[in-house]
Amino acid sequence: MADVKYVSASRVYAKGTPPAVDALDLDIKDGEFMVLVGPSGSGKTTALRMLAGLEPLDGGRVEIGARDVTFVPPKDRDIAMVFQNYALYPQKTVAENMGFALKMQHVPRADRDRRVREAARLLDLDDQLLDRKPKQLSGGQRQRVAMGRAIVREPKVFLMDEPLSNLDAKLRVQTRSQIAELQRRLGITTVYVTHDQVEAMTMGHRVAVLAGGRLQQCDTPRQLYDNPVNQFVAGFIGSPAMNLLTVPITDGGARLGGTTLPLPAAVRTAAGQAGLSELVIGIRPEHLHLAAGSGALSGEVLLVEELGADALLHIRLADGGSLVVARTEGRQSRSPGEKVTLLVQPDDVFAFNPGTGGRLAG
Amino acid sequence: MTAAPLQPGPHRLREMAGRMSWGIVAWVVGLAFFLPVLWMVLTAFKPESAAETWPPQFIFTPTLSEFRLVFSGMGPFLTHSVIATVGSTIVVVLLAVPASYALSVHPVKHWRDGLFFFISTKMLPIVAAIGPLYVIALHLHLLDSIWLLIILYTAMNLPLAIWMIRSFMLEVPGELLEAARLDGAGRIREITGVILPVISPGLVSTALICVIFAWNELFLALNLTVTNAATMPMFLISSVPQEGLYIAHLSAAATVASVPVILVGWIAQRSLVRGLSMGAIK
Repeated sequence: MADVKYVSASRVYAKGTPPAVDALDLDIKDGEFMVLVGPSGSGKTTALRMLAGLEPLDGGRVEIGARDVTFVPPKDRDIAMVFQNYALYPQKTVAENMGFALKMQHVPRADRDRRVREAARLLDLDDQLLDRKPKQLSGGQRQRVAMGRAIVREPKVFLMDEPLSNLDAKLRVQTRSQIAELQRRLGITTVYVTHDQVEAMTMGHRVAVLAGGRLQQCDTPRQLYDNPVNQFVAGFIGSPAMNLLTVPITDGGARLGGTTLPLPAAVRTAAGQAGLSELVIGIRPEHLHLAAGSGALSGEVLLVEELGADALLHIRLADGGSLVVARTEGRQSRSPGEKVTLLVQPDDVFAFNPGTGGRLAG
Repeated sequence: MTAAPLQPGPHRLREMAGRMSWGIVAWVVGLAFFLPVLWMVLTAFKPESAAETWPPQFIFTPTLSEFRLVFSGMGPFLTHSVIATVGSTIVVVLLAVPASYALSVHPVKHWRDGLFFFISTKMLPIVAAIGPLYVIALHLHLLDSIWLLIILYTAMNLPLAIWMIRSFMLEVPGELLEAARLDGAGRIREITGVILPVISPGLVSTALICVIFAWNELFLALNLTVTNAATMPMFLISSVPQEGLYIAHLSAAATVASVPVILVGWIAQRSLVRGLSMGAIK
């Protein structure tokens, strides 16, 4: 068990190109489940591979358990990795796959067998599967064998690189909770890479959001959702995504949908200090409430997505034609073409600087 | 109007005719290639007197007398061929595996130059090299020695084997090698425990192709050996007497010499297909 630390860790693939990972600073606590999330090209996988020792660092350092491992070969870092395509040895049986690392460490055969069996039991892998080859297993079973191979080693840190991306949707949701539960039981520090923000939010104790090789924000899922530090995090976290609209600033607030949206004083002050004439406002779909009466945003329903419990309304606002998505209760759903009015609480409006993307105090 | 659903339309007819004419072309070409072989095998079963008739006779009383003659004199040639072929193939594979590894999985500096060098050795006409080879062999006292053939066949097949095995190694998924590195496998373990099992079908087909080339090699054997290391192709030449009829005898010898190669070729074809369609991981 150990904590993990990135200190200004950088990786540049080719001279003259922007760094894949740019001065990453990240503290991962002992026993923590840390998720690295971001769109493709954000550097999340590179960051993981730097920790694994599969990718050299071009600056900074990586520490595992207070030991600088920047120049330590992968096998001596006491880590285990679960790969996206599982990377099971095709000619070895399941048991041989899981025990290979122990064999390399010259662990006696009896001890090895015991640990393989224990890990198999932990993952609900039947004993008879242990003698099969990976080719004879289903996708879900292969995924569990890959997990088992990591567990058997009893490493200081688990590294997982999109381990669920090859499973079908239903199995993915199921395995997601199993992995989170297993991690909690084993208490082993885990770094988990995914591009799926739902996976990140549901699994991670904390989530580090990366974009363009830079760390945007690292916080608990709740904090990321309620207090995104910038426009990127606000738009990336949450499904359906936050409505982000560039609007002109007026005296009392921001001009939108044929009305003036009141903004908190702190936001107006911050916008004034930055000398902005317009700003980006962000409203989560569930914060757009259907309402009757005036003094609210008005618009026309274009499309209705029924989700069962909820419905998503795609609405074109009255002036300017901005598109927003509102989440309503399924039974109160509207139909396309209907005129609707929407209410927003001022506290539910996020404001961002359109130039820098940074959050304006509020 | 009565419906006639089973009657093919004009479009369908044209399609069928097109397919049939291609089929005929394929058969004609195939037969053109096969006929000489058929003629050789048939002639091998004829008595010498019936061999050289024109047009060739297809109805005759088969005899094994020529085969008996062939088998009686073939022994040493067969032994030499087997030793040179198997020996050189083993050495080729032993050398080609680490060489391919250094040119693919963990490429050394200037690996491109290395790769080009290997293939460039095949560009020199072998006739141009035979003089120096003869002199070198003479001075090393290796003329008419089976060791010389093993060395030369190894040199002859090594570039091809490296190119083939290298392409198989490139197919091994990178994740698999990274998993092995994380599991603590060193270079040797990585090759023997992870790469070789995955590429084994490719390895087999490479070895079989080396066997075929070494088995059929004539030019080097003819110029550098006499009796102590003479191989099967030389036996075929020696089956041609100075005078008299020899077609049936030659056919019998050629048939015997071809059997192992045809067998190996057949096996190689199957494993080559398997080797080339190696999609190991998913």
